Amino acid sequence: MPETKTRKPEARAAQPQAAPAPEPSSRRSDEERLEGFEREQLRRMMYDMLLARRFEEKAAESYALGKIGGFCHLYIGQEAVAVGAIHALRPDDYVMTAYREHVHAIQKGISANAVMAELYGRADGCSGGKGGSMHMFGAEVNYLGGHGIVGGQIPLALGVAWKIKYRKEDRVMQVYCGEAAVNQGAFHESLNMAALWKLPLVLIVENNRFGMGTAWERAASLYDIWQKASAYAMPSAVADGMDVLDCYRVAMEAHERARGGGGPTLIEARTYRYVGHSMSDPVSGVYRTKEDVEKERANDPITLFADLLARNDILSQKELEEMDAEVKKISEESAEFAENSPEPALDHVYTDIYSTEDVNGRLYFDMRGES
Amino acid sequence: MAVITYREALNEALAEEMERDPDVFLMGEEVGVYNGAYKVSKGLLERFGENRVVDTPITELGFAGLGVGAAMTGVRPVIEFMTWNFAILAFDQIFNSAAKMRSMSAGQFKMPVTFRGPTGAALQLAAQHSQALESQVAHYPGVKVVVPGTPADAKGLLKAAIRDDDPVCVFEGEMLYNLKGEVPEDDDFVIPLGVADLKREGSDVSIITHGKMIHVALQAAAKLEKDGIQADVLDLRSLRPLDTDAILATVAKTNRVVLLEEGWPYGGITATIAALIQEEAFDMLDAPVLRVTQADVPMPYAKGLEKAVKPSAELVIEKVNRVLYR
Repeated sequence: MPETKTRKPEARAAQPQAAPAPEPSSRRSDEERLEGFEREQLRRMMYDMLLARRFEEKAAESYALGKIGGFCHLYIGQEAVAVGAIHALRPDDYVMTAYREHVHAIQKGISANAVMAELYGRADGCSGGKGGSMHMFGAEVNYLGGHGIVGGQIPLALGVAWKIKYRKEDRVMQVYCGEAAVNQGAFHESLNMAALWKLPLVLIVENNRFGMGTAWERAASLYDIWQKASAYAMPSAVADGMDVLDCYRVAMEAHERARGGGGPTLIEARTYRYVGHSMSDPVSGVYRTKEDVEKERANDPITLFADLLARNDILSQKELEEMDAEVKKISEESAEFAENSPEPALDHVYTDIYSTEDVNGRLYFDMRGES
Repeated sequence: MAVITYREALNEALAEEMERDPDVFLMGEEVGVYNGAYKVSKGLLERFGENRVVDTPITELGFAGLGVGAAMTGVRPVIEFMTWNFAILAFDQIFNSAAKMRSMSAGQFKMPVTFRGPTGAALQLAAQHSQALESQVAHYPGVKVVVPGTPADAKGLLKAAIRDDDPVCVFEGEMLYNLKGEVPEDDDFVIPLGVADLKREGSDVSIITHGKMIHVALQAAAKLEKDGIQADVLDLRSLRPLDTDAILATVAKTNRVVLLEEGWPYGGITATIAALIQEEAFDMLDAPVLRVTQADVPMPYAKGLEKAVKPSAELVIEKVNRVLYR
């Protein structure tokens, strides 16, 4: 056997270490958890989480009635992640995510009406009816979609972060993916370049424990997603994805690092979905039991947050009920709005494919409606 | 007009567009310190600095997506693939992201990204480094595809691609980088996409082709001329948009057509053009449309086998004789 020589580890430059896994937020006192938050902001977060829940419930109802077609992935159970993390952004920061995205779109500033109309495939939808559940866009509010290929949005977000640095802007690119996307090459390629070039990218992995029906421990050789950042000498953190304030806090730290030139952060938000992968997947059955889901219901992010606010005299039960009635009304109205919005005109089949139709030569090789 | 190489023409196009617009930057493997795997970006790092001439790790999917995301938010990336063969790793970002972003968002986002690199076979590079992939890329609505075959076309089309607000894929010829030709020196010399160019005029038969194959077509046409046959050689230059008026005009003129492409026949651009001609100009034909393509096999390494697989002037002449019933 020839003697193999290995390089001594000491010879390498010291690398920053990934952050250790933090303690669960439940171990902190209410006082610690609420420190630094304005009363109004806390009430707003509650409102946003409730709206997220009621909107998705309404979407499920409309889907069951056949008003919404295609794939439809609901966010029920995961509300604390997007609501908390997007609260920690400024309006000119960017958000991009995968296909479980209705709540991210609303939270970034697209109206519930425009999101519901998009689900209905109508002209007033935020993508004019061409995108659907998985492809919501809002250029005016810096919401960059809605992407349907697992992990495919991460290199795109890397590019936005590159642009921010190229133009020396004071902005952050916040991108989400599910835990299953972590196994895609796109995730690793992007982390490497983001860390190599210190780009203002914050990647939030929403670990809801199942990639469709495959439990994370059946898909990953290393369970702790936050640890994967150490392969790229990149800081990381774990957020309690059932605690909106923890998601806010962890995201804010990452945003500050990004703005200060400190580069990207990987955040693992540990959460759970109370619904199936999509509307065609039952809540429980082949890959998890009814009892599993019931057990997790005890950690419902909305109930936990409502309890926190109630016991600290920030939002009473009565106020919560009023708030709930209001967001239910908004959700109902969004469905009415969508119902009344016109279908996209059929002559839009060939619009918005290219920046202009006024070109030399032929762009399309089958123009419907032409004899 | 200056006489420069195809490589220098591309270099001038990049430099002029980077000079003209600070949002244009070049990114890819070996584009900076190494001056480009094929030296297309020679001197650009020194001239424009490392923020605008960016060496990447070998990570095609990642940096192609980077280009798409950056373009989505307003800058104009030029993404170089060392060859289009390696871009196959990045096709998810070209086909699923770049081609569809505008449509999925109902026009909210522009996509001014240019992807470029060499296509097709060189000499004995074997199966994985010899593919002509432009037909496959042109298959996707939402992208534009250009395939320059001369130094002037290389410069004018690359400049047009960079200025375009849609994703444009530029397929260069690895065997063409040293080709010399006259190139206008005007900074605003731009060749609009979608305009074919008649590289040779004749009235007996039309040879329709693009990219490196125009030289095979011209070689065939020169031999045919000695035999008294005058061939029209139409260089498509752009596969999407496609200059169908120019195609139909040459068909109307000669009534006999041979289509030539470097790639495979199955689903190739020549199949699309043959369909188009029979749909829209059937009555003008005096003979069936014939095609010359690469043999429908992965490229072998051995010199003799490679030569047998590639399209050739001899094959073109054979097909021309058949459409002329000679």
